[in-house]
Amino acid sequence: MTNAVEAHGLQKLYGDKAAVNGLDLEIREGEVFAFLGPNGAGKSTTVEILEGFRKRTGGDVSVLGQDPATPTREWRERLGIMLQTTSEQLALTPREAITHMGRLYPSPRDTDALLAAVGLDDHADSKPRTLSGGMRRRLDVALAVVGNPELVFLDEPTTGFDPEARRQFWGLIESLRQDGTTIVLTTHYLDEAEHLADRIAIISDGQLTALGTPASLRARATDAVVTWQDNGVQRREVTATPTALLRELLAGTTGEIAELSVTKPSLEDVYFQIIGGEE
Amino acid sequence: MKRPGWWFLARDRGAVEIKEFMRSREQMIFIFAFPVMLLVLFGAIFGGTDVTEGVSFGQYFLAGMIASGIMNTGFQSLALGIASDRDTDVLKRLHGTPLPPTAFFAGKFMQVLFVSVVQIVILIAVGVAAYGVNLPTTWTAWGTFAWVFLLGTAASVALGIGMSSALRNARAGSAILTPVVLFLQFISGVFIVYTQVPTFLQHVASVFPLKWLAQGMRSVFLPAEFETAEATGSWQHGATAIILTVWFIAGTLWAVRTFRWQRPEDR
Repeated sequence: MTNAVEAHGLQKLYGDKAAVNGLDLEIREGEVFAFLGPNGAGKSTTVEILEGFRKRTGGDVSVLGQDPATPTREWRERLGIMLQTTSEQLALTPREAITHMGRLYPSPRDTDALLAAVGLDDHADSKPRTLSGGMRRRLDVALAVVGNPELVFLDEPTTGFDPEARRQFWGLIESLRQDGTTIVLTTHYLDEAEHLADRIAIISDGQLTALGTPASLRARATDAVVTWQDNGVQRREVTATPTALLRELLAGTTGEIAELSVTKPSLEDVYFQIIGGEE
Repeated sequence: MKRPGWWFLARDRGAVEIKEFMRSREQMIFIFAFPVMLLVLFGAIFGGTDVTEGVSFGQYFLAGMIASGIMNTGFQSLALGIASDRDTDVLKRLHGTPLPPTAFFAGKFMQVLFVSVVQIVILIAVGVAAYGVNLPTTWTAWGTFAWVFLLGTAASVALGIGMSSALRNARAGSAILTPVVLFLQFISGVFIVYTQVPTFLQHVASVFPLKWLAQGMRSVFLPAEFETAEATGSWQHGATAIILTVWFIAGTLWAVRTFRWQRPEDR
């Protein structure tokens, strides 16, 4: 299996402050890879270096077999990029914008099919001013994939989406994955990363602090949370040995234990544990 | 797999740029209505006075407004437009696509040419209707018009692209460029007859392209006898061609060396 992205010892300094500090990374072809991390942790800087927008200070990087510091037209044709900021596109309708962007690529997607895929078919010819923020964001997704890219970067794609729009967007990502597209995603939403990503990288302080499948990251937390009601009083205990706790509870009661639940830690619990914040 | 050709992309960019311009009401007003308003206003106030025997200020002013229009469109509007595209990440987005940078600039150039031609046609129409300007009848005169127009536009565009990178952002840019352009218009023979401008300001003006553009346009739209009323008694076509070319080359070098697709804090 080949890698779509490889980075070794990636470093980016601003003055003497390191935004990215010795990052090692491999993203496989065809996978959905998510970057998680707090603001200012270096995820956007990392992604922008991979996209060929920012120059790195040190380390080796290869994206689709090329150094992104010297982007060529041929390389750009294989790449799709959705920026963190929503485009303003004050003049072109969604249909015009997609058609125009498609002309830059050797084998673009069909405009109508793409409009339907991002749910803009009802607004294809709307004046740009009348589009909501969410609609423009979906247009940005369409513009990122119109060239049929092998690798797509999506930087916080669903910020500002309502729940329905997010579900629809997730469906779009699924269909891209089925076409074999490699997808690199940065997000603030843990449920989004968990739902979409094959692997998640957690970045803090410019370094990779955790890497793995959502399940394997979740499995890092050994503790479970047991909650129940004791004579109408809510009880909660975090324990590494939930079975032992349950045995104890069962031994102390004859009837039903009210509101009993044992939950494995969520990805969110693990995330906060890893980045060193508090729950 | 067929890679789109350069010309195809440049033309497509040009079409998009023109469409964007036409749909921007503010730009349309600034570029089309503003010069016509100035022409009518100045014409109404000073139009009756003669610069020399048989040449009214209205005629003199028309040539200056055509020159100004070329500078406004190619330099000021273009610089602010690109700066604004940079502020709003439009340039960054384009940089993330396979669009060759040269095709992007060619598209900008086409937009400037289109807008300038429309603007000049409107100005000439007003000039003919209101100030009795006579259109040149010889091919030589139209040939002069063509090279002065093209060279002036090329120099303006090169300087406009260069200037766009020097501006911190579009908002600040407007505050910086407007007085500079106005200053040049006052000393270069647009609002005031050039020979009536103090000599040292004439020297300042003759460093910059606008003076030469305006003089070149006068050589097209004013009667041949007016040549003797010019500061040096000559239309100075040779000097005009050389100075505009030098500005074009300097502007191009400046633009190529300093052009950035991204905001300064975003590199």
